[in-house]
Amino acid sequence: MTVREIAEKLNLRVFSGEAGLDREVTGGYVSDLLSDVMGFAKDGSVWVTLQTHKNVMAIATLKELAAVVIVKGFEPEEDAKEVSEEEGIPILGSTEQTFELTGRIYNLLSRG
Amino acid sequence: MRLEYDVTAGDFTRAGNASSAIKKTLKQLGVSPAVIKRVVVAVYEAEVNIVAHSYGGHITAEVAPEGISVVLADTGPGIPDVQKAMQKGFSTASKEVREMGFGAGMGLPNIQENADDLKIETEVGRGTTLTIYIKF
Ligand SMILES: Nc1ncnc2c1ncn2[C@@H]1O[C@H](COP(=O)(O)OP(=O)(O)OP(=O)(O)O)[C@@H](O)[C@H]1O
Ligand SMILES: [Mg+2]
Repeated sequence: MTVREIAEKLNLRVFSGEAGLDREVTGGYVSDLLSDVMGFAKDGSVWVTLQTHKNVMAIATLKELAAVVIVKGFEPEEDAKEVSEEEGIPILGSTEQTFELTGRIYNLLSRG
Repeated sequence: MRLEYDVTAGDFTRAGNASSAIKKTLKQLGVSPAVIKRVVVAVYEAEVNIVAHSYGGHITAEVAPEGISVVLADTGPGIPDVQKAMQKGFSTASKEVREMGFGAGMGLPNIQENADDLKIETEVGRGTTLTIYIKF
């Protein structure tokens, strides 16, 4: 499943990094602790978080994640969007809470 | 091959730049992706620790055919109890730093987990030097 399919099926807002919408998503990781993501997220994952700053994108880039999904209606900071554009790693957004949104992404991914 | 970078204390907007540059170089050299992943985790965590906990530092990466050695030296408060600092969950990060999602006390354990060899030299009131070695 691609980032685009997830964004369309779950009606997510695309903040930036549209060039990366055809990235293949192979899993997901949920955490607001950056070192947790650094240590344990797998490449190709979507990262669900409420963090909105540039370091999120530094980590997404270093870990070769497929996309970042920001929850609860928060919006990414400008410099985070810039990195997202440069690297072609989309930042998506949802007004839902982490629990509900993650459940929906999980269902999509496990149905394949 | 030797790569060198300065790291500015408190500048989180540039945290990860040195790790990113080292990653690019290793990719160009054709180092295996599995090894690059471990280097990235270890060097990023050590780089961010300089930003978050020191007064500034310098990174020197030495790339040889058999592996990479990265020395991250800072001037700063040093680490009074290294054993304690190595424990998962131990952190002295400030409130501001924690709000960004740093300060889980997972950085040093991540480095330990991913490095083939880790040496920590530290002196309270002076600074800290990490030497990370990862085989290719
Ligand atoms: N370069 C350093 N200079 C001074 N103290 C350090 C340095 N690196 C680590 N420490 C000390 O060791 C503690 C643990 O470091 P570690 O990287 O494991 O966690 P953290 O940086 O607090 O949080 P995280 O890495 O999860 O964001 C720090 O909180 C700090 O007290
Ligand atoms: Mg740390």
